[in-house]
Amino acid sequence: MPLAPPITDIEQLKSHPALACLVAWNAAAVQAVKFDREELTIWIEKDAIREVCAILRDFPDCPFNYLCDVTCVDWYPSEPRFEVVYHLLSISQKERVRLKARLQGSSPALESVTSVWPAANHYEREVFDLFGVRFTGHPNLRRIMMPDDWEGHPLRKDYPVEGYR
Amino acid sequence: MTEFPTAVAEPGQDKTLVLNMGPQHPSTHGVLRLILEIDGETVVRLRPEIGYLHTGIEKTCEAKFYQQVVPLTDRIDYLAPMTNNLCYCLAVEKLLGLEIPPKAQWMRVMMNELTRINSHLVWLGTHAMDIGAFTVFLYCFREREDILRLFEMISGQRMMTSYFRIGGLALEPPLGFFEKVKKFADRFPGNVDEYEGLLTGNPIFTMRTKGVAYLSPEDAIALGAGGPTLRGSGVDIDLRRDAPYTGYENFKFNVPVRTEGDVFARYLCRVQELRESIGMVQQALAGMPEGPVKADSPKVVLPDREKMKTQMESLIYHFKIITEGFAVPAGEVYQAIESPRGEMGYYVVSDGTAKPYRVHMRGPSFANLQVLSKMCEGQLIADVIAAIGSIDVILGDIDR
Repeated sequence: MPLAPPITDIEQLKSHPALACLVAWNAAAVQAVKFDREELTIWIEKDAIREVCAILRDFPDCPFNYLCDVTCVDWYPSEPRFEVVYHLLSISQKERVRLKARLQGSSPALESVTSVWPAANHYEREVFDLFGVRFTGHPNLRRIMMPDDWEGHPLRKDYPVEGYR
Repeated sequence: MTEFPTAVAEPGQDKTLVLNMGPQHPSTHGVLRLILEIDGETVVRLRPEIGYLHTGIEKTCEAKFYQQVVPLTDRIDYLAPMTNNLCYCLAVEKLLGLEIPPKAQWMRVMMNELTRINSHLVWLGTHAMDIGAFTVFLYCFREREDILRLFEMISGQRMMTSYFRIGGLALEPPLGFFEKVKKFADRFPGNVDEYEGLLTGNPIFTMRTKGVAYLSPEDAIALGAGGPTLRGSGVDIDLRRDAPYTGYENFKFNVPVRTEGDVFARYLCRVQELRESIGMVQQALAGMPEGPVKADSPKVVLPDREKMKTQMESLIYHFKIITEGFAVPAGEVYQAIESPRGEMGYYVVSDGTAKPYRVHMRGPSFANLQVLSKMCEGQLIADVIAAIGSIDVILGDIDR
């Protein structure tokens, strides 16, 4: 079964509720979109990420009230290096959307979304622990998987698979 | 720069005591460490500490071929191994654009539901045992033994079966397999009646679980809980029904939802799910289609052993797949399925090569653990034990 080619044009995708909501609020925050393999991905300006999440959560037609996942992909050595990925689900409308924020490699920092969904607490700690991305405004940004005195961020691409110890 | 942590919990006043429910504890269902701040017997604050089972599976996946990641996925949620296999295989099949033949889909549903029963039996046995009912534990493991024998019959392994592969199943089911499953499926509803007879009307069990560890639906959604933890609080969502995958749209089943939001409600949800799952197994047996169990894609799916031994072309495909893997078109996919604990998601990012660029497992227990502190504040220590059992966490899912 051949794959349909991805659609990256905002005009064609405007009917999707998440994109309609964001374009109506502030089209400048949306850097790019892609609809590939029946999933919508929206690249957001990193400084606007918390506001975008709050807007999507409170959108009356399709409230994205469930945060499925916050994770990160390391695109070393290309810049911007880190891409923090948010997966949202609207329980009432059964719609999903993926938000991405791109960060540069040196001291990457992003605003925390724990004020929008408390579920983000552990996920952001995990991204901080394994990638080194700091979340400003997080109530308890400590390492979660690795021991508290660990040095380095294991899931970065320049950290060897075998580890150092 | 090493920063040594400050004390993980400061006692608030002279009355509170900081108690460590250490990683080694019979009731935490794994290596879960809880730091409780207690005032007498009442828990004032609870903080979970995890990472004791972290084995770096996500990092390891980046160094393996796509088909080599399948056995790694078994070990994440080790009580529902086929569910992890299924989620990962569906994600990669979505990336590839593979069509799976109907017999493989129905077999996947049947084995997935047997896995769900398996997982819920461990939950029921250990949860009841924590509360004090030891007999239920032995009865549940007696049924689990039958299911593990079925898994061994079909795949050679009791627990970490790796039976679902990218493109279908690993092997054809052997002769006599479906008869054995039918025998089990006919007997099982009587067993569930046995467990309910011991627990549901039992005053000791109901006094320990009714009204304990209440979770409101708004909190459950905001904290990202899933599965019976969410449905026990009244939120009606089940990915098998709402976003069907691998042929679930052909099956009729009810989704149990309760509104009380306490430990007893979650218990009733899961016991009803046991009944629904065995009903689905019966439906799968009755309507099992004929046909191949692997997709028709020679570059991705390994050929049958007989063909490999007699035809040169199959031998070459086999060699290439094993030694070089198969390239997956660039892109990313988030595949979510309904595991026994909630929404299990696999986020697979491909850069066009034969090794995944990033595999992230969204473990349902990682999210469910966050509701624990909310549920247990103001409860007694013994209720914490009941609450941990009711959210059904598994540390492999949490720590990966």
